[in-house]
Amino acid sequence: MAAHAPGAGSGSGCSGAGRDTPSAPGAAMADGPVADVLLRRLEAADGGLDSAELAAELGVEHQAVVGAVKSLQALGEIIEAELRSTKRWELTAEGEEIAREGSHEARVFRSVPPEGLAQSELMRLPSGKVGFSKAMSNKWIRVDKSAADGPRVFRVVDSMEDDVQRRLQLVRGGQAEKLAEKERSELRKRKLLTEVTLKTYWVSKGSAFSTSVSKQEAELSPEMISSGSWRDRPFKPYNFSARGVLPDSGHLHPLLKVRTQFRQIFLEMGFTEMPTDNFIESSFWNFDALFQPQQHPARDQHDTFFLQDPAEALQLPMDYVHRVKRTHSQGGYGSQGYKYTWKLDEARKNLLRTHTTAASARALYRLARKKPFTPIKYFSIDRVFRNETLDATHLAEFHQIEGVVADHGLTLGHLMGVLREFFTKLGITQLRFKPAYNPYTEPSMEVFSYHQGLKKWVEVGNSGLFRPEMLLPMGLPENVSVIAWGLSLERPTMIKYGINNIRELVGHKVNLQMVYDSPLCRLDAEPGPPQTQEAA
Amino acid sequence: MPTVSVKRDLLFKALGRTYTDEEFDELCFEFGLELDEITSEKEIISKEQGDKKAEGASDVVLYKIDVPANRYDLLCLEGLVRGLQVFKERIKAPLYKRVMPNGEIQKLIITEETAKIRPYAVAAVLRNIKFTKDRYDSFIELQEKLHQNICRKRALVAIGAHDLDSLSGPFTFTAKRPSDIKFKPLSKTKEYTACELMNIYKTDNHLKHYLHIIENKPLYPVIYDSNGVVLSMPPIINGNHSKITLNTRNVFIECTGTDFTKAKIVLDIIVTMFSEYCENQFTVEAAEVVFPNGKSYTFPELAYRKEMVRADLINKKVGIRETPENLAKLLTRMCLKSEVIGDGNQIEIEIPPTRADIIHACDIVEDAAIAYGYNNIQMTLPKTYTIANQFPLNKLTELLRHDMAAAGFTEALTFALCSQEDIADKLGVDISATKAVHISNPKTAEFQVARTTLLPGLLKTIAANRKMPLPLKLFEISDIVVKDSSRDVGARNYRHLCAVYYNKNPGFEIIHGLLDRIMQLLDVPPGEKKGGYVIKASEGWKLFYHNGYQQS
Repeated sequence: MAAHAPGAGSGSGCSGAGRDTPSAPGAAMADGPVADVLLRRLEAADGGLDSAELAAELGVEHQAVVGAVKSLQALGEIIEAELRSTKRWELTAEGEEIAREGSHEARVFRSVPPEGLAQSELMRLPSGKVGFSKAMSNKWIRVDKSAADGPRVFRVVDSMEDDVQRRLQLVRGGQAEKLAEKERSELRKRKLLTEVTLKTYWVSKGSAFSTSVSKQEAELSPEMISSGSWRDRPFKPYNFSARGVLPDSGHLHPLLKVRTQFRQIFLEMGFTEMPTDNFIESSFWNFDALFQPQQHPARDQHDTFFLQDPAEALQLPMDYVHRVKRTHSQGGYGSQGYKYTWKLDEARKNLLRTHTTAASARALYRLARKKPFTPIKYFSIDRVFRNETLDATHLAEFHQIEGVVADHGLTLGHLMGVLREFFTKLGITQLRFKPAYNPYTEPSMEVFSYHQGLKKWVEVGNSGLFRPEMLLPMGLPENVSVIAWGLSLERPTMIKYGINNIRELVGHKVNLQMVYDSPLCRLDAEPGPPQTQEAA
Repeated sequence: MPTVSVKRDLLFKALGRTYTDEEFDELCFEFGLELDEITSEKEIISKEQGDKKAEGASDVVLYKIDVPANRYDLLCLEGLVRGLQVFKERIKAPLYKRVMPNGEIQKLIITEETAKIRPYAVAAVLRNIKFTKDRYDSFIELQEKLHQNICRKRALVAIGAHDLDSLSGPFTFTAKRPSDIKFKPLSKTKEYTACELMNIYKTDNHLKHYLHIIENKPLYPVIYDSNGVVLSMPPIINGNHSKITLNTRNVFIECTGTDFTKAKIVLDIIVTMFSEYCENQFTVEAAEVVFPNGKSYTFPELAYRKEMVRADLINKKVGIRETPENLAKLLTRMCLKSEVIGDGNQIEIEIPPTRADIIHACDIVEDAAIAYGYNNIQMTLPKTYTIANQFPLNKLTELLRHDMAAAGFTEALTFALCSQEDIADKLGVDISATKAVHISNPKTAEFQVARTTLLPGLLKTIAANRKMPLPLKLFEISDIVVKDSSRDVGARNYRHLCAVYYNKNPGFEIIHGLLDRIMQLLDVPPGEKKGGYVIKASEGWKLFYHNGYQQS
């Protein structure tokens, strides 16, 4: 790590003054002997020198010279290095072999004695297969298919010139340019030659050239400061392309970071938080109070977790229960009711709440009992439970976000207005509304927003005016309307953080690295999260 | 939400025009439907069973349309078309009429044996109907959709449709011992007793779901004609004898059930939808049902109800300012024939038998809003003035979790439900000592109880993240649940904080230090003094407790 010190990176400019001081015992050459030699050669050189030639002369790897060049470059204007790329022909391993021992065809030719050789035997030779056809096409040999023990190979000429070997030897001797273009390309096709690009540096003296460069300091020490030696020391510059060391820190969970933002939005809009710290609810508050009939499919064992212990609610507000019962079974408050036999036993059944609307119902009931009526804005964000089939986007428990406003004369237009403000704070501005059905709201509307990534409208929430059959039995005044909306916390979070599998987000199978790495939740700040797949 | 699949071309033909997919999607959206999927039989089969099986299947384009769960009148092509055509003012909503037969009325007599198993029945006759393959399929499909939805998988109501000409009334709806019921059911070639049938259908992928409704009852419901021919054994299966075919002209429909209101609604829906194909369109022949007490009723009810709603109520609930006349027009487009009466502010609305979902003025308000167009409503902000408050427990939680992260711990979010083993055996605690709340219908062991401690969730989080570099420092602040008879439901939540330090060495001082830090944050001094805190060894979680810490 580089230390931060004035003059770092250009310290070499005054290195001459510092090199003899005791506190700089090093005064050693930058990065060892190669750089040292390079500088001395450069001092003597006229104009400059080539890194590859220097490597060849010194008998070191070219890479060692390149390393020296780079380390000297890092010191500032000591040298100038220009990157040059040159192309060069080299022999392949097979090419080397041929340059040494002759081409396959030549070896085949040499192995055929004047009296000829059985073809089958020739084919067994190491160069047999390749060399045979080449030697044939060069008309050095022929095959007599009528020979007694099968085809036999004979020489056609007495001697031949092994051009391939000769050419490869030329290349090996660094005289590739003596070959015709066509000859080179033929050898390349035979995979005997290959063209390599060599990156070399043309090194020349820099404006601050010096043969004695002192080693750069990596860190600024208290001693340097107290002795003042830092003034004369060169410092290694920072490496900005490397990653820094992350601080040890704790992290908040991404879903709960989003929860914090939603709470913030509601609070900014003047909504008061409802108590929701009761996962266990009676069917009464979860369904009956919401005018959800007892045969409703949501009350089925397949959809809801019922309790074995404690199986039933111990207390219900019986006056209110009777009003609810009457509204379900006979109607009232201007309603036809559902006209069925309402059973108290069914209402007593305990369950894990399927929505936080149960908590909203309790809050509205408490509100109704306070006289005179005062308008309210409520919200909650908490867990709900469904006995559902689980998949990549559904778990048996998730978080529901709910907003409720109760006041005289609220309209559907008000609901839409509040939703517009709410979603604007989430960074969602394109909204439209679809008629929908909810058992406890009427009118009901689903909220859709245009998703730029998916190029389509996606549902982002559900909303409506609570039914009079829910509100009036509670004792709320007749001209009070209650608008409400809900959405899940998981879905916007999955979209925001680009998570496709909910198990990576919620529950013990969470990917902790994801938790560590997740950015701040700024819902209204970014244009569009990196999203690949729709989260349901 | 039920999904109705209709053939696109058939739909467009009935609508009298074609739409692009986008146009039709838009129309659906406006009307409160959702064009869920555009597919074909071939595509469906190939998706479910692979391309091979799909060979030769029809590639006629199907629209799958999501219908609101309370709109039983939109569960078939006929109803969808009628609803949309009236909405677009291309036709007027038909008037459904119950007529008496020329000859004798069909009678269904309910005996008292049905009382304990399936006490209600209603019936009607569709006279001189003309089926085609598509109409017939739609008729069967509608029954299926009704069975799955309003009929609650046949538990509340079951429908039987029969070729009346193959039967002779009066009909008897009774209940008998299963061994005494014997008949040839639909698509079987021989007779079986009810006992045998229940066995056979145990392996029938469709029917096995309904067997539980009557299975362990001493008597099974059954309907006979006057010659002892079995019409049906509701809610399981019809007899083969009276099976309807493409050639059937007169259909006897019976609906039996445990919910009288729903049985009447179901019958009304079927006959209003399919009387379209009767010689006298939209007329339904009455049938008489005699109850065990001797009283007799005529069905279908096809009742039209009048509701009176003030125009300014509709305007006020929706947030619009339309004239009463315009509102009446909007409602009429929703199959709710309406007119302005009285002082000019009253709207009289006629609720047809197809709209059982309209039970309150608020339902009428919604229909006016839909016809007006939700997206045409002016958005406004309510003037409701309120001061916001946080729920104190959540306020503290928010403050604390930020400081827990500042102390270098990472927040976990684990499930509130878990197995008994997680909170008991694995922690060396007896389940009876946990005061845990037990779930009666868990599908897997993961959902047996609500957690009584946050510790298992954190330990499982560590187990699932063993590849992460050490140490792992985790915390969670969330609710646990225990039984509490002082609460109305007999259980309550507690907010807990749990933290775990996981490393190669135990590092008790680290978790101890965190505890001290939390107490510092909560302004609780160490020491035995009043209001202070001390830590003591606990018998409870043995090994675990040394590294884990919990506070309520």
